[in-house]
Amino acid sequence: MNVLELCNIRKSFGSLAVLRGITVTVGKGEVVAVIGPSGSGKSTLLRCATLLETVDSGEINYLGDYVVRTGPDGQAQYSPPADLKRIRRYFGLVFQNFNLFPHYSVIKNVTDPLIHVHKRGKEEAYAQAQALLAKMGLEDKADSYPYQLSGGQQQRVSIVRALAMKPEVLFFDEPTSALDPELTGEVLKVIRSLTDEHMTMVIVTHEMQFAQHVADKVYFMDEGLVVEQGTPDEVFGRPQEERTRRFLERYSPSAP
Amino acid sequence: MSLETIIIQLAIGLLKSIAIFALTLLGSLPLGLLVAFGRMSKWAPLKRLTLTGNGRFKQSLAGIRPLQILVKLYISLMRGTPLMLQLMVVYFGPYYLFKIPIGQNYRFTAVVIGFVLNYAAYFAEIYRSGIESMPVGQYEAAAVLGYSRPQTFFKIILPQVIKRILPSITNEVITLVKDTSLAFAISYSEMFTMARKISSSQSTLVPFVVAGIFYYLFNLIMAYVMERAEKSLSYFR
Ligand SMILES: Nc1ncnc2c1ncn2[C@@H]1O[C@H](COP(=O)(O)OP(=O)(O)OP(=O)(O)O)[C@@H](O)[C@H]1O
Ligand SMILES: [Mg+2]
Repeated sequence: MNVLELCNIRKSFGSLAVLRGITVTVGKGEVVAVIGPSGSGKSTLLRCATLLETVDSGEINYLGDYVVRTGPDGQAQYSPPADLKRIRRYFGLVFQNFNLFPHYSVIKNVTDPLIHVHKRGKEEAYAQAQALLAKMGLEDKADSYPYQLSGGQQQRVSIVRALAMKPEVLFFDEPTSALDPELTGEVLKVIRSLTDEHMTMVIVTHEMQFAQHVADKVYFMDEGLVVEQGTPDEVFGRPQEERTRRFLERYSPSAP
Repeated sequence: MSLETIIIQLAIGLLKSIAIFALTLLGSLPLGLLVAFGRMSKWAPLKRLTLTGNGRFKQSLAGIRPLQILVKLYISLMRGTPLMLQLMVVYFGPYYLFKIPIGQNYRFTAVVIGFVLNYAAYFAEIYRSGIESMPVGQYEAAAVLGYSRPQTFFKIILPQVIKRILPSITNEVITLVKDTSLAFAISYSEMFTMARKISSSQSTLVPFVVAGIFYYLFNLIMAYVMERAEKSLSYFR
């Protein structure tokens, strides 16, 4: 069974059609990379999948649990709030600019949602958070506040915060775009380490080499459509579409 | 009248000023938050009624937000008219409007009601500016983690808002210390009213000097308290 299915998603902001019928499926343990030029709708797609935006039409389900389906009138019909609340537990999202809670220490950023959303015991939550922080090389930062950390460290904390909730699928929206180039490596390394544990992930990124290395499947989006999809070898190695080729040329190291 | 008696009399008045001050903050800080919610309310009950049509008239009806309009009016009245006048309306209003006799103890109650209503309007705008300055990413992170709306507001947003607005709150607090003297408008015997009474009966300006010193000391203490409060929130940025 697929962890996530997005079927024929359409979304407009006013008269601007941002998603024009997008279908994406994510299998268990799969790493999916979404690439494409700025403004192609990648973030909007993730925001629809994570319930931060509503779709105009189309269907979304996590493990067969429907977020939204097409009603008899052709309009999107969202499941009742109680269902959505349950479905939120299936996914986590790592933001471009981290969005850590600045008034909470690192450890509290991680444990607070465990305790107050998942209703776990305090000791259990702290133990789990400590273990995850240690794994990410952040054990000595547990009592720091976000402003005391580098961007790379903040992003690693936000990954720990999302992981601690044990999501079925973890979304990343350009996780390294807000970082200085010398800090992107440490974050990419952490994400790569998650693939070893068969974490299901959907990663929007402009790091083409990274996408090529870690992804099982690549979607190339442009102007609200999936223009091309396939394995990294297919999409990066022998792109079929002119638009894909032009986009990749701009990112390839040999380009002028 | 000796200086000592003057000081004792004024100290009694000062206690009453402090009572006004404390009760005003106790009432207006929470009320201001409620008012801010009303001010930001997007509730538009006519939206549903007018979904069927799309004429220009119906369109404009659909956008009407009654709670927001009401609260805006309240805030503009409270900020646009003198507090002294508002105190008089609260004190005399019930009698003139509804012929309700004014009881002995109502004077103090009227002072506190007037101050709370007035300060809540100012605090509401301060809260609103703070809430609206919060980056949307904080709400989104909380939503994705599964926090409920009340949890998001009280655990994630409000603590950060309080830090942001504390300097503005300090301003209001210091103004309030001095504003308590406006209770003289309805002859409530707080410190300034007392000073006026003693001064005119003894023909001396000493009570005003003493009262001035008391107000100043009161404010020094409040400035210190607020500074400590700001420091206590400096552990994060
Ligand atoms: N809330 C919004 N209101 C109006 N327009 C929006 C909104 N969010 C996004 N858009 C528009 O939708 C289009 C797609 O935006 P989106 O952020 O999804 O692109 P993206 O592929 O993530 O781009 P980037 O690589 O720059 O992050 C853009 O033209 C953007 O201006
Ligand atoms: Mg984006």
